[in-house]
Formats: sequence, structure tokens, C-alpha cells
Amino acid sequence: MLHFERWKIVLILLTCFLGLLFALPNFLSAETRAKWPGFLPSRAMPLGLDLQGGAHLLLAIDQKDIRHDWLTNLREDARRSLRDAKIGFSAIGISGDALQVRLVKPEDTDAAYEALRKLVQPIGNQILGTTGDDIEVRRGSEPGVILVQPTSFGMRERLIHATSASIETINRRVNAMGTAESEVVQQGRDRILVQYPGLSDTQQLKDLIGQTAKLSFHAVHPTVTAEEAQTTRPPVGYRIYQSGEREDDIGYQAAYVLQEVPIVQGDDLVDAQPAFDSQTNAPIITFRFNQSGARKFGNFTKTHVGEPFAIVLDDKVISAPVIREAILGGSGQISGNFSVDSANNLAIQLRSGALPAKLTIVEERTVGPSLGADSIEAGMRAAVVGLVAMGIITIYIYGTFGVYALIGLLVHGILISALMSAVGATLTLPGIAGFVLTIAMAVDANVLIYERVREEMRAGKTQVMAIETGFRRAFTTILDSQLTTLVAGMIMFWLGSGPIRGFAVTLSLGILTSVFAAVTVTRLLCAMWLKNAKAAKGRQVAIPI
Amino acid sequence: MFLVPDFKGHDVFPHHLNLPIMRYKGLCFGLSVLLMAISLGLIFIKGFNLGVDFKGGSLIEVRAKSGEADLGDMRSSLTALGLGSVQIQNIGTAGDVLIRIEQQEGEEAAQQAAAKKVLDTLGDGYELRRVEIVGPAVSSELRMTSFIAVIVACIAIWAYVWFRFEWQFSVGVLLGLLHDVLLTAAVFSLFWLQFDLGIVAGLLTVLGYSINDSIVVADRIRENMRKYKKMPLNDLLNLSINETLSRTMLTGVTTLVVLIALLLFGGEVIRNFVLCMLLGVVIGTYSSIFIAAPVIDYLGIRRDAMDEAPARAPAQTS
Repeated sequence: MLHFERWKIVLILLTCFLGLLFALPNFLSAETRAKWPGFLPSRAMPLGLDLQGGAHLLLAIDQKDIRHDWLTNLREDARRSLRDAKIGFSAIGISGDALQVRLVKPEDTDAAYEALRKLVQPIGNQILGTTGDDIEVRRGSEPGVILVQPTSFGMRERLIHATSASIETINRRVNAMGTAESEVVQQGRDRILVQYPGLSDTQQLKDLIGQTAKLSFHAVHPTVTAEEAQTTRPPVGYRIYQSGEREDDIGYQAAYVLQEVPIVQGDDLVDAQPAFDSQTNAPIITFRFNQSGARKFGNFTKTHVGEPFAIVLDDKVISAPVIREAILGGSGQISGNFSVDSANNLAIQLRSGALPAKLTIVEERTVGPSLGADSIEAGMRAAVVGLVAMGIITIYIYGTFGVYALIGLLVHGILISALMSAVGATLTLPGIAGFVLTIAMAVDANVLIYERVREEMRAGKTQVMAIETGFRRAFTTILDSQLTTLVAGMIMFWLGSGPIRGFAVTLSLGILTSVFAAVTVTRLLCAMWLKNAKAAKGRQVAIPI
Repeated sequence: MFLVPDFKGHDVFPHHLNLPIMRYKGLCFGLSVLLMAISLGLIFIKGFNLGVDFKGGSLIEVRAKSGEADLGDMRSSLTALGLGSVQIQNIGTAGDVLIRIEQQEGEEAAQQAAAKKVLDTLGDGYELRRVEIVGPAVSSELRMTSFIAVIVACIAIWAYVWFRFEWQFSVGVLLGLLHDVLLTAAVFSLFWLQFDLGIVAGLLTVLGYSINDSIVVADRIRENMRKYKKMPLNDLLNLSINETLSRTMLTGVTTLVVLIALLLFGGEVIRNFVLCMLLGVVIGTYSSIFIAAPVIDYLGIRRDAMDEAPARAPAQTS
């Protein structure tokens, strides 16, 4: 146990050296690191949001919203198919999570069923063999009624797509906000985690991601007003939209009757910028359509000069200007009740595209930069005080070998910073606590060994034998005890979130490095001491323990 | 001499005490079981002072720019918002205030709205230090996963011990783990300390520490069983505990020293988390001495089981 092959010594020293190399960036300023030659590791441990300050937002996709959107589209499709098949229907309505089609003549049921069946799309991954239908068409309990319902498989696919699309959109929006290194990642199936460092006021961030920003341009019904539509029913293909205008706006209406199918949608925008109206000086947004959008909008405005059209944002009419002349160039402007900030936000949102569904904030954790700095200071102070006290105790009890144990601890400290920097693990406040705890546990390994050595000496063994046996016998115990702690660490990482994870990462990595430090490095030092002492005094060595 | 001059350490531990721990095993074990029952009762009847992580709602920490916060004024203006129970508490310095708002009726958006109202009411005189808003969906998930984490950790550790030792050991260890978790949690219930995610991390660490301790004792018991084949089990357990007592106490002391430093200087944010570990280390040290070994004694163990698996340990060299 105390004999080291030369190559093993080289390996241990090499590990320590590499550890030092990888840990070094943490102790240098960013400028020094930038001047570092390229082949050297230059990555420092990133600080968690609790230490550097920042916002942590967990968003959930509104599944009801996705389902509702889908059903609205399906209703349009169903209408068209039945009309094409020349089947009369009295109503198509959304009831619960299905579409209910009521036919005029019950004997049409079979034909309608066949026509609607054509809407079913196979979806999924054919290579993986996970395919299925997106919707299900079935006959209702009474004759003349057919139900069209999204399958749970279809719903799941939609959700997956909506999540990844949302992540892209949020990424674009958040990046447009500033230069900070933000992070947008998926969590679970329908959650998105946004981490934005160095931000204490989260309101702008929330405003930016809290709005779906679905923009569309709609034709206004030429004759029917909203009041008339409310008392009777809106004409087929039309819907009542509430207004988001201010009451003192020119031509204000509380609601509008608009064609449900838009003329152009936000997808067709290529650019949107905040600007000021040259006459009123009010904040506005200028935009540009892509080719197809410009054509559609041009065609519509050409044939509807003198009529109003409505600009709808997230189901609310933000303005309904009258077309003075055909707009063929594909660019235009939106005026509404914008402040400078909200115009800026909306421009960002329009540029980055609409979110596929509404997102709700289900968890927020924000730490101001001053608290973060305080936490680092407190954590470091506690670590220094604790470690110094522990070091004094260790040296007092174990003498020279206590010093060796502390050198092992130093190696442990270096290695864990190196590992964390190398894998890019984030250092959090609980992480610092975890680190301090692994130090206490690394000492435990040394305590186990040294107590065993003392025991063997008390039992009358020779000094050399006592060291030898102490290390060997303690090793299995250390392995067992550290492995079980590792089990707890892994479980924390697997199940935990946020603060628990940060703690688990340092604890788990720390166990690995502490075994190396306490068992290998300290053992090497003790072995070298023994070799030295034997050379000087022969077999009459006295272990300073 | 090598690297550092030789100087001898101080073997401060009285090694020849040979405490008759097993003689009081009935008393200790009975006391532990009683305490576990009381803890369980306390947790069920009184429950926990759950933090926002588990109960939902908002936690807002602000610092008065003037250096001193007017709590009375804050209390009256925030209570007037009609957000239900609003707790306002001074932490650390006179300028630091912690505000807790209970979970609002309605969905996730209602929590956000409530926190925004509070922030707007506080105005510019305060610097925002920390905001935590947890909605009902997340808080119930966190409750669930935390509970599962503690249970799964116990089971995983128990399975590992079963795999490495005999089943009697694993029962003793599992009982010790439950003892530590229950008693530590009960202290949080008794003194109505805030119970949040950090405490769960603390409990899991306590599990790790306690198992560490128990394994050291168990390992020695196993070794002694091979060494002293004729010694009565009761004496053998007593010997093993005494032989490992110096390491149990010394490690306990060094760990406690570090934890006390963290408690005193580590700041407000991790205070309860550290307190949980501190309690756990003390309780865990107790359980590794007074629970695992008595359980093995009560369950009995086949001594020849040790001879059937000689490959597991190298022969003792002398």
C-alpha cells in the first residue's frame, strides 16, 4: 500500500498539475484570461444567478390555448370540406375539447363522416415508428352529429413543436434586449426556463415574453356593426373582436366585426422598428412585408380603397384605419396607444415572431446584484473561517501528518474547481456550502486512516506496519462510506431543481476528488516521508502522529 | 524530515474508556423509537412552516435606500392592498426587510400581479434584493419531488448497504436514516422554522453524513466478526463502537466546526439550510452509535455467514 511505482507518482503529479491549470482561470481577471495563449484552458466557473444577480423565470405553455387555436383552425377546415362536399350543416361549434358538427339532414352523416375523415393527418416519426393520427373523427351519440377531436398523441406533438418554437422565439426576443448571456432552455415537456444574468428589474423581460404578439390584418365587415352582431349573430366567417383602443381615439369603437380569416399575418413581416409619427410625434411601429405578404396586402388594399381594415394584436384591435390608397410597396406603419417602451417591445416581438401559444410564468426567482455580491462575500468568509479552524484542529491532533492531510485538501480544492470549470458547472451559494462540506468529508477520510494507524500502533505493531495497515484497512471503509454519499448526491441531482442541483453537483464532484486527495495524495506524502525516515534512521522510525 | 519538520500530534481522545454502550441499548433504542414517534406525531399534527417553494406565494427582500426601513408604514400600506396575509420581517440590518405574501386565489398570473402590486407600492425608496414567486403548479410539484427525493435516497442507500453487508446491517442503517430525517425535520416543525427546498437539500446531506458514520461502524463490526469468532455478539458490537468512537467524534467535531462557521458567517440566505445540516450531524452521530448496532443485536446475525464470503475482505496481516 505504501509502495508507489514511478509512473504512478508521475500520474498523480500530472493530475495535480492539470488540476492547477484548469483551476487557474478562476483566480485571474477576465483581461488576463483574454491574453492567455489559446491552448491553455481559459474557462472560469460561471457564477449562478444567486451569486451574480439575475432573473430566473420558469414559463409554462398554455395547453388550453394551443387546443383552442387548433380547434379554431379545424372549424375552418371542416366548414370548407363540408361545403366542397355540398353537405348542409346547421352549426359547427367547439364544445369542450372537441369540434361538434351538426348536419341539417341526418342521412348525410356517412358522407360527412367520409369528407371529414380526409382532414386526418398521419403524424410522428416514421423512422422511430412512433406514428399516429393527429385528430380523430367519430359519430356523435345522436344522428346527424359528428365529432372531430385532437388525439392525445396529436396534442403531444403540437406541444413539442410549440415548445421548441417558443424557445426560438424567446431566444430572439431576449437577445434583442441586450448583451447579457441569457439562456433559454426546455424543462420537462411544456416548460421553458429563461435565465437572464445581471438583471434586477424583470418587468421588461416579463413584458417581452409575456405577450404572444400574434399580429394580423383583417377586413372589416362593410355593413354589420358590432352592436348588431352582438344582438343577433355575426355573419358566417366573421367574428367580433374587442378593441384595445383608447376611448378618446378618433373613430373609437368598443368592438369590431371582422373577417375571421386574416388578409395578412405577422408571419409575413420581415422587419418592424419603433419610430415616431412625423405629424403627431407619437411612438409608432414601421414594418415591412415579405413578397407574398406585400402582394396579398397590395391586392386587398387595391380593391378596398375607402374602406377600413383592422390591425389585430393578440385578438384585440389596436387600430382600424381607413385605406386611402392602395398600399403596394409592402411597408406600412402601425399606430396605437404606444409608449416609447411598449413600441420598442412590440417591435422586438414582431421581429422575433409570434409565440405559438400564451406562456405563463409559473416560477420566478430574481436576485439583485447587491445581494449576490453579499452572498459571495459571506460564503467566502465562512469558508475561510471554517477551514482555518478545521486546519488548526487537524494539525494539532495529527502533527506533521495533519499537515499532509491539509495538503491533500488543497489538492482537493484545486481539483474540484478544475473539474467544475472544465465541465462548465455553475457555482451557486448552496454550491459553496456543498464545497465546504466535501472538505469536511475529505478530512473524515484522513481521520479514518490516522485513527486506524494509531490503533494499530496501540495494538503493538511496528510503526511501518501500522501505517501500511492503517491505509489499507481504512480504504474499504472510505470507499463504502463515500459511495453511499455519492448515491445521495446523484439522487439530489436527478430529482432536484435549482438550488438543490447546484449543491448536488459540487457535493458529487467533491466526493470524487476528495477520495483522490485524501487517499492517493496524502498516502503518497506519507509514503515519501516513510522512505525518507527509513533512509535516515533505518527501522527505528517514529511516526509523528 | 520531509517537506515539513516532524512534530507529533496530540492523541486527545481517551481510548481506554470502553463505554458500556450496549448495556444501555434498551434504554437508548427505546428512547430513539419514542423520539421518532413523537417527531412523527409533531410533523403530522403541527406540520411545517412551509416556505414559498412548497406553499406558493411570493417572497420579496428589499433594502431601504435610506438605511432604515419603516416597518410600520410598510405594514399598513401593504396590508391595505388586500392580498391576504402579508408577513413583514426585519433581517440582518435595520434596512433589510423580508416580505412574504401568501398564495393568491386564482392561477399563476395572480401571483405575479400580487408581487407587482407590492413592488409598485414600495416605490423608489427601496432597492430590490430578491424576488421569489412560486405558482401553485410548481409548488405542488416541488412538494412531491422533494418527498420522493428523500424516500428514494433512503431506499437507494439501504439497497447499497444490503448489497455490501448483510441484511441485518441494512435494517439498522435504514432505521438510523429514518431516525435522523424525522428528528431533524421535527425540530423545524417544533420551532416553526421556514421549511423550503434548501432544507430538503440539507436533509439529503444529513442522510449522506449519517450513512457515512453508520458504515464506518458497520464495517468495523464486520471486521471484528471475522477476527473474534468466539466473542458474544453483544460484546463484539460494544467493542466495535468503542474502537470507532474516536473517529466518529473527531469527524463530528471537524464537520461541526465548519458548519458553525457557515452558520455564523454564511449569511441569511443559507442560514436554515446550514442549521438543518448542523442538527443532522449531531443527530446522525448519535444514531450511528445508538441505533444501528442495537438493531443488529436484536435481529441477531449468523456468525458463520462471515466465513462463507472470505473473498470480500483480505486476511488481516499482522
